Amino acid sequence: MTRPSSPVLLFARLLRPSSTMSPAVPPVLSVVPSRALVDETFRVTVQNLPPGSAVTLHSLHRSEDEDMWEAFGHYVSDQGGSVSVSDDFCFGGTYTGKEAMGLLWSMRPVPGSREGLRLRKRDVCTPQLVHISVYGGHAEQGFAARPPLASVLSERWFMGPGVRRVEVKEKGARGTLFIPPGPGPFPGVLDMWGGGGGLLEYRSALLASHGYASLALEYVNPGELESADMEFKYFETAFNIVRLHPLVSPDRVGFFGLCLGSIMTNYLAAESTAIKPRCCVCVSGVHLYPRGAAFTEVYQAITLKAHKVRLDENNHEIWRYRELPIPGDLSGKVDVGRINCPMLLVNGLDDQNLPTVEAAEDVSMARMMRAAGNDHLLTRIEYPAAGHLIEPPYSPHFRATKFIKQNREKVTLLWGGRTKPHSDAQEDSWKKILAFLQQHLYANNPPRAKM
Amino acid sequence: MDRKQCCVKLSVQPSRGLMDEKFLVLVQSVLPGFQLTVYASYRCDDGHSWEAFAHYTANASGTVNVSEDHSLGGTYCGVEPMGLMWSLRPVPGSKPGLRMRKMNVLTPMEVTISVYRGHLTEGFVDQVPLAAVVVERWYMAPGVRRVPVTEGGLTATLFLPSGPGPFPGLLDLWGGGGKLVEYRAALLASHGIASLALDYLTPQITKENDVSVLFYNEWTNVQHPQVIDSRIGILGLSFGTSIALKMAVYSQVFKLRCVVCISGSHVQPIKGSVEQIMTSFHNNVDKTRFNEEQQVIWRDLLLPIPTDPSLKVEVGRLRCPLLMVVGEDDQNWPAHESAVDVKEMMQRAGNDHLLTVLSYPSAGHLIEPPFTPFARASSYKILGPPLQMVMVLWGGETVAHSRAQEDAWRKTLVFLRENLYRATSSSHL
Repeated sequence: MTRPSSPVLLFARLLRPSSTMSPAVPPVLSVVPSRALVDETFRVTVQNLPPGSAVTLHSLHRSEDEDMWEAFGHYVSDQGGSVSVSDDFCFGGTYTGKEAMGLLWSMRPVPGSREGLRLRKRDVCTPQLVHISVYGGHAEQGFAARPPLASVLSERWFMGPGVRRVEVKEKGARGTLFIPPGPGPFPGVLDMWGGGGGLLEYRSALLASHGYASLALEYVNPGELESADMEFKYFETAFNIVRLHPLVSPDRVGFFGLCLGSIMTNYLAAESTAIKPRCCVCVSGVHLYPRGAAFTEVYQAITLKAHKVRLDENNHEIWRYRELPIPGDLSGKVDVGRINCPMLLVNGLDDQNLPTVEAAEDVSMARMMRAAGNDHLLTRIEYPAAGHLIEPPYSPHFRATKFIKQNREKVTLLWGGRTKPHSDAQEDSWKKILAFLQQHLYANNPPRAKM
Repeated sequence: MDRKQCCVKLSVQPSRGLMDEKFLVLVQSVLPGFQLTVYASYRCDDGHSWEAFAHYTANASGTVNVSEDHSLGGTYCGVEPMGLMWSLRPVPGSKPGLRMRKMNVLTPMEVTISVYRGHLTEGFVDQVPLAAVVVERWYMAPGVRRVPVTEGGLTATLFLPSGPGPFPGLLDLWGGGGKLVEYRAALLASHGIASLALDYLTPQITKENDVSVLFYNEWTNVQHPQVIDSRIGILGLSFGTSIALKMAVYSQVFKLRCVVCISGSHVQPIKGSVEQIMTSFHNNVDKTRFNEEQQVIWRDLLLPIPTDPSLKVEVGRLRCPLLMVVGEDDQNWPAHESAVDVKEMMQRAGNDHLLTVLSYPSAGHLIEPPFTPFARASSYKILGPPLQMVMVLWGGETVAHSRAQEDAWRKTLVFLRENLYRATSSSHL
């Protein structure tokens, strides 16, 4: 086959990348679905490899802060030249075993990155872009130095199509409301993160993609716990913004809290006379709160316990012992016997930030509620070797990250958990949380009365 | 607000998918035994509205699963996971003769799926649904690159798959209606094949030149470092088949790896430019027939299949695999009769092991990628001269044709992947 030679064609041929494998025949890499919500699974397959060949599947993500995150796994193709991440075993890398989503949850900052990083998407209107690639051989590093055999781009979304994002600044409350597509009315959720502060929208965006009108509430600025809006009135106002929204079904609104957000959830569910949530989800929280105290007193109480903070071998701060032992009397605890709605508690047994399991267990919630006769409302799920930051599934595990304490001091906090069991906990708990919300906010059974 | 049925949960997974992917529509939290209508609506880029709907009854758990439950009526019946897409039709009162074709592949098709109380057949616009979600359907996967090509007087678009490449390539040819239609090439690139959609009828350069020389020039013009020049295939529909077969058999400079011919024929004068081939068909225009609705039937223009070898592409000389896709109710081209003749010719020549024919009863002419609406007839612009609009009968019956599209597309992808990606070279004798 002859071709007229032309400088352009010759140059073009020079540009063709070489491969360490059979040069002319690239493998076919596919990720299905290529566009998905962050809590949806995908199937990663490679075909057209030589049979029995060693390959590395690799994922790469550039965060909004311009840090690079990656994961990788070692596979061997079968006699047909195929690899299926969902069906085959991974024999090494950032994860091992049969792990369909390992390329996402085992991601970590690339070597040479800054310490203590945490991956959290701020702009939820755009997807997280993850490059999934396949390299020849079993590699542990140097992925940036050579071209892959094949690569595809996967989009991971927090917002489903048609979800509406509405900034809220009303009656003093600050946050972002996410409304599902459709005419409504929808059940509602008040979504509260922890003491790290700021306005994190991604969980609410995801909840709206599952049919819940969800308000991500801003109630504390990073490092400014002492000036946080933690009075009841603030949360009651926010709850009513959701409840009274024209697209929300007013008797189907619940709470979703993590860490400090869980503490507030417990407190409001038990003690507020103005609002009545239909159900509550408390992740990594406790029911410990100086009752009746103004918030400045809460903040002082925390500083008084500073001597109980321990350090691990890396000088990372362990805060769980500040709240131990769980007090016996009621002055430091929410009176959970007064809670009148279903509660789902999700905790990690290796939580190094709060003694969530002890709190859930002991004098705690279970015993207090049993005494009050409302423990049928309580569901506790505890995960061995899971840490504090139990987030939506397939997001990486953060054992210790930088945190801005009160007075804007920067430290590294130990959250705990080991990657694989923590990731399992995230995946399992999210399914259970969605089922719990669906049962209590969507189903047609009437709310349970207190007995 | 006291409603008997409150807070219906509707979900479609995936909410963002490729055009040829299936989705799962789930309705939950309705009362057991509840009668409902699932409704799909789409407003295309031209501003026309399309709809589809189906009647379901919820089970004892208050759930409807469109992939598993029976539709009791509507624009489709029975268990049809994708019925809401392929049974879409213009809303009542629309202009006649519409055909849905997405010309802008950079944006998705946005379909609204809703749930209505009761078994409705009309008046959807006047009612408030119980729930609604939006589904995106894409022709382009993330990372696929769209490269317009205008060098050398061409009108074409190259779609490159995601990744470093290199990739096998494909020439993607539509039919006699002309225009640059990109969606099939975009979808093929989403499956790993660098595809060039080519408008070969409008530009003067392509009409006047001998086909094989023409395409040689065009291909070298679009030589791209990420396309493997020893792994090129060609896919043609309708008149595109005529071009594809001619190139596959006669080209001195192109050694194609494989050919896919959809709804076409090998009947054509062997020598001649594109324009000359079309003129030869027009010479038989008196064989045009009309059905009761005055829709144009053109299948007889090429019948009977000639015995004179100078009037048919010599498929006995083909040296690469050929996949022919045929609708047995094709009213526009005699695809079925042509396929039968092609098979005989190849059997006589001894190369019929290269031939695969997929023949679908009750399928029509326009066998396209799956899960898009079916048009039994539509308006067609004759390029003339003179320029005129007629209503052309393509043939086919909705359900059978939609199944044919789904099956043919899957098999076409397997055929292309086998022949373009396979490590050992195909049979070049």
